[in-house]
Amino acid sequence: MRIPLQNYHKTSHYHHRENSILHRLHIDMTLFFLLLVLSVIGLVILYSAGNEDMALIQRQGTRLAVAFFAMLVMAQVPPHILKMFAPWLFLGGILLLLSVLFFGDMGKGAQRWLNLGVFRFQPSELLKLATPMMIAWYLAERRLPVKFKYIFLASIFIAIPTVLIAKQPDLGTSILIASSGLAVLFLAGISWQLILYVGGAAAALAPALWHFMKEYQKQRVLTFLNPEDDPLGAGYHIIQSKIAIGSGGTYGKGWLHGSQARLDFLPESSTDFIFAVFAEEFGLIGCALLLLIYLLIFIRSIYIAVQAQDTFSRLLAGSLALTFFIYLFVNVGMVTGILPVVGVPLPLISYGGTSMVTLLIGFGILMSIQTHRKLLSS
Amino acid sequence: MKLHFDLKSDAQENRLFFSRSVTLIIFALVLFVTLIARLVFLQIQTHEKFSHLAQNNRVNLSAIAPVRGMIFDTQGQVLAENNPSYSLELIPEQIKDLDLTLTELSKILPISEKDITAFKKRKGSNKRFVSTPLRNRLSESEVAIFAANRHLFPGVDIQAHPLRHYPFADISAHLVGYVGAINDKELSQIDPVNYRGTRVIGKTGIEKTYEKTLHGSVGYQQTENTAQGRPIKVISHTAPISGESLTLNIDMRLQKTAYDALGDFNGSVVAIDTQTGAVRVLVSKPGFNTNLFARGIDQKSYTSLQTSSRRPLFNRALQGLYPPGSTLKPFFALAGLDYKATTRHQQVFCPGYYQLPNQKHKYRDWKKTGHGHVSLHEAIEQSCDVFFYALAHDLEINRMHHFLSKFGFGQKTGIDLMGEKSGLLPSKDWKKRARNQVWYPGETLIAGIGQGFNLTTPLQLAQATVLMANKGHAYKPTVVSHSGSQVSTASQWPAIQLGNPNDWDHIIKAMSSVVNGRRGTARKIAEGAPYKIAGKTGTAQVFGIKQDEEYDEETVLEHLKDHALFVAFAPIKKPQLAVAVIVENGSHGGSVAAPIARAVFDQYIQLTP
Repeated sequence: MRIPLQNYHKTSHYHHRENSILHRLHIDMTLFFLLLVLSVIGLVILYSAGNEDMALIQRQGTRLAVAFFAMLVMAQVPPHILKMFAPWLFLGGILLLLSVLFFGDMGKGAQRWLNLGVFRFQPSELLKLATPMMIAWYLAERRLPVKFKYIFLASIFIAIPTVLIAKQPDLGTSILIASSGLAVLFLAGISWQLILYVGGAAAALAPALWHFMKEYQKQRVLTFLNPEDDPLGAGYHIIQSKIAIGSGGTYGKGWLHGSQARLDFLPESSTDFIFAVFAEEFGLIGCALLLLIYLLIFIRSIYIAVQAQDTFSRLLAGSLALTFFIYLFVNVGMVTGILPVVGVPLPLISYGGTSMVTLLIGFGILMSIQTHRKLLSS
Repeated sequence: MKLHFDLKSDAQENRLFFSRSVTLIIFALVLFVTLIARLVFLQIQTHEKFSHLAQNNRVNLSAIAPVRGMIFDTQGQVLAENNPSYSLELIPEQIKDLDLTLTELSKILPISEKDITAFKKRKGSNKRFVSTPLRNRLSESEVAIFAANRHLFPGVDIQAHPLRHYPFADISAHLVGYVGAINDKELSQIDPVNYRGTRVIGKTGIEKTYEKTLHGSVGYQQTENTAQGRPIKVISHTAPISGESLTLNIDMRLQKTAYDALGDFNGSVVAIDTQTGAVRVLVSKPGFNTNLFARGIDQKSYTSLQTSSRRPLFNRALQGLYPPGSTLKPFFALAGLDYKATTRHQQVFCPGYYQLPNQKHKYRDWKKTGHGHVSLHEAIEQSCDVFFYALAHDLEINRMHHFLSKFGFGQKTGIDLMGEKSGLLPSKDWKKRARNQVWYPGETLIAGIGQGFNLTTPLQLAQATVLMANKGHAYKPTVVSHSGSQVSTASQWPAIQLGNPNDWDHIIKAMSSVVNGRRGTARKIAEGAPYKIAGKTGTAQVFGIKQDEEYDEETVLEHLKDHALFVAFAPIKKPQLAVAVIVENGSHGGSVAAPIARAVFDQYIQLTP
């Protein structure tokens, strides 16, 4: 009983200073501030990574503005409305994914885009949000901890978009979507025993998975295991990225002075590998501070999840928080050479639009959950 | 809803969720510490090593571009080669005072204002730490002068690049094509690893079609460089694999003869070995200096080439679409015999015009007074239009289309060069599909003399002539004889079978009369030839003449004069070479186009033992 009481107490306490304009606009100031700091850091480092190209900064700034706006719009939608739409969004997303498979545009050898005439749309982005929403919706009505039957069905819901997106092929997004769904399952309280069994089975099945992987995916894993094997091809990214990061040292070479990362040698220096540019110019201290901001955003999001009043909100908030952090881990892990190269951008910093909008819409949902709480005592 | 929520959200659930959230935070902290530990390893523990690599003695992994394969003609004459070219290049980020350096450089080497402006422009668009050329094509002595003073100029160096050179630039312009700097579109289509270090790519002709063969595979070397970026030691080296050289079927001696024989006219000459399908001549005139493109053409020269009324950049041999005119008559005649729409002996009276039953419109013959009574043989020899109007009327357009498409009209020949046009062989279906209009009987007549909708390329005419010479058998035309040691295999053309194979001989006899007959339209070129030529002249209207108008050669503007055509093969007994000639605004097939073919045959016979 102690924990809920504590929660109620905090909630009501929080409510006392709630009549501010910010709260009426459904903005969570802590999150907003941290996200803004991250975006500004992103623009600063992009200026260096993009060879001081102002047009690049303008484009990215515009995208950020659009994404922040989308976040604020999303924050106005109360969680119970989201819950209502969750299964339909998921169903719609799956149908769009199927249509991509059949009618999609090919871009850089992968079929991810759906051409809607006016603009091109990546249904996998929709599913980044719709999948955890669907699982949260499905489990919110069950009694927690959840029975095995429901866990099994929820796993199938997770598997459908994961497999469809892996087929596109987009391994990075597919991993993120699977982990967002699994995070909901975990928060819903699946037993540790089950987690151990499934983990063990997955380890045993890994060699079988190898057969289903595309040639380029296999190549990436092999390259990850031994980058020196292919120094001019796939291993090139990792070697150059490590040199850039390592040469940055404790304090870094200073903004705009990272010669290594800015040489022609580091490919994708303003997109997936932008962390290497940051690490070379700002060193270990800068990296630690940057990672700390990400950690703070994560902790704030988990705090929002714990504070949330209904099961749906809570599961969804927790999942969004974890996915955000996994995003970071996969990107930095890949750039520093502890994970294979799977093509995941650094959240809010890498150059590029689609995934940034999705990410901030996710934070809009978190803000909505935080600011739409009602006093239970009232 | 609220009620349900309150009932379910009990203490146990809250506790479970709280503990799971704490677990997640611990999990995230573990990941956080993992990343920090990794960064500590890279940036503190192994910092020395990476710093060493990056800064003091930077290990530079550089690609070595493969040497592009050369191109030879069938006699081993060089058509494309690589000459060394030296350029003076600067890395702006490694130069303390750029303006001072530029001034000092211009004291020892001739550097113009234009060079400096171009350099600054290039520098702006380049990435940082990229070597940017200041002057290209330095002479040997200029290279020596700079080498002696090199220590005074950190960040400045001489770079050697191979420069593509075409000894027969104009004559082989469309055939060989040229290379140029890789553009964005091409960049997205090539393997970026294999082209790392390569600066140029084939843009047209053989250079483009055989890009993959000519390019080869990239090599790379790891060098230890000084802080200025100069290599001081090679750590490892993987040699590139040079592109394969190509030997063409083209004989430059024939090619040059054909090019020169065209004189000041625009036009095209294609000659194909009837036995093998080997393309011996592929001329499009005017040519242009492909070396300008290989060096990097300036805007002014490019614009003048592009806007020239003679259209030098246009590859007439493969892409020029001309009404074939009377050169189609032998093929229609063969169709007439095969479909039994006419016979060898049937006579048609030619009063100088033809009228469809119950119609007033007069379809004229080129000879106003008419040819009188003509047989099929005479109709080909004298190129009587009225005979072929009548034949076309009996044949019908769809049968004409069906028969002539066996000769490759209206389709690509499948030559091993990119950009070939398929021409147009009209039919009722085509008109319905392309224009959504019905076919008029009058259009059949016009098609019967090779005018109207008919459009052919010089290459198609040459290939059709090969099929005529070989009585229905041929190979697809091929330009490349072998690449490296690998011989290209010629693929067979689908054989044409006639109901009565003797019909071939009848038409060939008539084509022989065109050159060797008393009243043949190309009889002039028979004079003094030690071998026998069979051919057919043609004239293609550039613009339509109205019913009551006269075409007056004297007054008509040069660019509106008729195109002159001639197709031929020789020797008749054992055919070896088929030639198609198109002379734009040449007016007369017999007197202008035919002598060009004769010149090519003469030299071919002389050169062939």
